[in-house]
Formats: sequence, structure tokens, C-alpha cells
Amino acid sequence: MPQPLNYLKETASQTAGPYVHIGLIPAMAGFDIFEKNFSNVLVTPNTKGERITLEGKVLDGSGTPLRDVLLEIWQANAAGRYNHPADRSAGALDQDFRGWGRAGSDFESGLVTFETIKPGAITDKAGRKCAPHINVWIVARGINIGLNTRLYFSDEEAANAADPVLNLIEQPVRRATLIAKRGERAGKVVYSFTINLQGPDETVFFDV
Amino acid sequence: MNAQATALQDPRLNRPEPFTPPLGDGGFFQRDRSIHPPAYAPGYKSSVLRSPRQSLLSLENSVSEITGPVFGHNDLGPLDNDLIRNYAKDGDPVGERIIVHGRVLDETGRGVPNTLVEFWQANAGGRYRHKKDTYLAPIDPNFGGCGRALTDDTGYYYFRTVKPGPYPWRNFVNSWRPAHIHFSVFGSGFAQRLITQMYFEGDPLIPVCPILTTIPDKDALDRLVAPLDLNASTPFDSLAYRFDIVLRGQRSTYFENRPEGN
Repeated sequence: MPQPLNYLKETASQTAGPYVHIGLIPAMAGFDIFEKNFSNVLVTPNTKGERITLEGKVLDGSGTPLRDVLLEIWQANAAGRYNHPADRSAGALDQDFRGWGRAGSDFESGLVTFETIKPGAITDKAGRKCAPHINVWIVARGINIGLNTRLYFSDEEAANAADPVLNLIEQPVRRATLIAKRGERAGKVVYSFTINLQGPDETVFFDV
Repeated sequence: MNAQATALQDPRLNRPEPFTPPLGDGGFFQRDRSIHPPAYAPGYKSSVLRSPRQSLLSLENSVSEITGPVFGHNDLGPLDNDLIRNYAKDGDPVGERIIVHGRVLDETGRGVPNTLVEFWQANAGGRYRHKKDTYLAPIDPNFGGCGRALTDDTGYYYFRTVKPGPYPWRNFVNSWRPAHIHFSVFGSGFAQRLITQMYFEGDPLIPVCPILTTIPDKDALDRLVAPLDLNASTPFDSLAYRFDIVLRGQRSTYFENRPEGN
């Protein structure tokens, strides 16, 4: 027998369930308990960068919006730098931007929204430029292990075409499932997205 | 031109980065999906229309995955880890008083320090304080059912609550959830993000739960069951249960390997 490699095993995932709001967004469950709450607003008045609204739905295999889904996003700041010590890149940190937020879908429409900034381009370990993107994590009743995907921006065509992750997707038609569409409403920039859990337009999900 | 000069012109030999230790690139161990429930698990009916059918696209960890949100004590309030007191209006909540404690580790066995752990649960009667829960068991006016804690330098966390009750749910007509507490854990990078549920030693509903039995690996299922920990109990006050949580292993990060620090 060789020496044992005494690694532990990861704890198994379990669904977040229909009442995920109690723990993560108690106001949506219908009560007020914590002094400080996390939210879908990532910006303060001092945050640097272009203000954007991200808005979309998650659809099940019948095309019906999930009305009990929870999304978290994690993104770099306007200079392309993540607010975390493992990001050693040159972009300046923004003390007014943590880069993380969470949102529950509306109980009627299934709409999910975030108020954030458009992230800058990121440089990967090999020195390649990566198109600006937002990392997304999805949990809900019926989702046994959180789903990871990304959102890219429709107005970054050249950067998207050169992005090493988008180019890993074999079928070009599937790359489009990750592109949020830029629009405007009442003078505000709105990027809209649809995440399809199944079907011919199934979103690309990652094993990160 | 001699062979040595040729080699020095090879750009692969002139990388600016030094050769780093084998566990030093900051990435996470590949996730072993055989110990997790599959996305499509028809015995848990809600998963049928909510499970992707295409293969997941495997990504090498980049800076987008090895980084993640950082939380601090400023994000929490003083009662956040005390579910007996954090929603009390005119007394303590009804139920068995318990302490839940343990460590957040990664697969290398190292504690994960300063990471956010969030938890939520039904009350002692199996009813959630949630506007969508219609189970006939009553709401407890003194119980909210959620809390959170930051792990200490060694990855240790603890909180106090009442033991949740089992409750029926719509899957088969007679499906019941074993008593459980939901946990959300961050880790140091977004690729470690995990939501799971803790169950209680000896609960007869564990082997018949359609959600728990989505886990294909018996040992992985057993690791979700917290043992009674009498040594950590408070005499004449609260029983204790021990629940360790293991996140994906991390090869130590860039900043740990560089003398200049953060």
C-alpha cells in the first residue's frame, strides 16, 4: 500500500429550497431581523464606473420563469480589479465597491435586478485580456448544486470575440447565451439577460 | 549559434514568473461531482425542469474564480449568531435549545478563516417564517429562524438556536423533511461557494427523504448528519451538535507565497 493522501472530501451540496430568502434576504421572506443586510445594489454614490442595471429572468424547461430563484454576482471593478487579495493585477482598487451582491426574483414576475457598474476588462494568468464579464451563481428549489455562469456585454463585440472563455464554447451559437443585451430606459443603461436552464437555448453553465 | 543560445531565445524559457510550488497557484481542486447530488434527480420532482441537460463546460480557475467577496465584522450585528435572542419579542422561542458549532475546512484540512456562514431553519414546529410557507403549524412570535457568523482564525464558528421540527412538503403526497438547518458558506473564492443542509443524528426521516437521497454517495450523505456533542453542551441549558463543513481544497494563493504580502 502506498502512503495515504489524507485529503478531506467536500461537503455535499443540497438545494437552497423555496425559503432561501429567510436566511439570505429576510426582507423578502417578510420580516426584518438584521441591522445590516446584503442586497442587489452593489454601488454607493462614490463607486467609480458606468452605472448599469442588470435585469433578467431564469426560465425552467417549460419556459416558465423561476419565481423563487436567488442569484449572486461577483465582478471586477471599473478598472478590471477584483476586491480580493488574490487579484494581483495592476488596476486600482475601489474602496467603494465590494463587487458582490445577491438578489431574489420577484415572486410574481420572476424578474431579477442588480444595480451595479460595468466591470473593466481582466487580464488572465497567461496575460491574455478577458472581455468584461460578471460571474453569476444560481440557487433555488430544485437546483441541487449551485449553477455557475457568466454574463458578457453586447456592446463589447471585439473583446467578446477574443475572449478565451467564450472561445472555449465549441458551438458559436451557444456563446450568445451569455451575452446581456444593452439598452436604455429613462436615461439609464439596462442590460437584459435570460438564463435558460434547459431547451434549445440552454445557457452555458460552467464547472469552475 | 550553439544550443544554449537557441534555448534562451525560446520564449517559453523566459517567462517572467518563477516556477511556483505545486500547490501554489491559488486554484481549487477539481470538484468531485460524484459526491454531490446530480442536477437531474427525478425522485426530487422539482429538479426535473430545473436541471441543465448539457454538459457543464470545465474552466481552469482564473482570477474570476479564485477571488470572492470578503466580509468583516462590520457586516454583522452582535446578535446575529443567537437565534434564541435575535428575534425575541416577549420571551424565548419554544423548542429544544441547542448549540451548533464546528469548523469550516478545505479539502487540505486547513481551517478557512474569516469566512461568512449563514444559516436558516424552520421553528420547533416545522414552520418557516416566510410568506410563502402555509404549513398549519404556528409561527413562533419569538423566532425569526436565521443567523450568520464569521469563522475565526482557525475556521471555527458557532451559534445558538432551537432544534427545528420536521415538516411535510409537496413531492409525493406523504413526503416529510427531516429536521434540518440550511447553511450557506463562501470560502475564499467564488468557486468554493456552497449551500447545504445539516441534519440531526438519529432522525428516522433521514433515509426516506427525497432530497437527501439525491446524494449518490453514502459517506457524503453521512457527512451531512451532525452528531450530538455532549462535551460541548451547556449543562442545564443547551445540547450541542457538531457540524464541520468542508469546502474545495485550495492550492495556497499567490499572496501567501509572496513575501511582499497584500
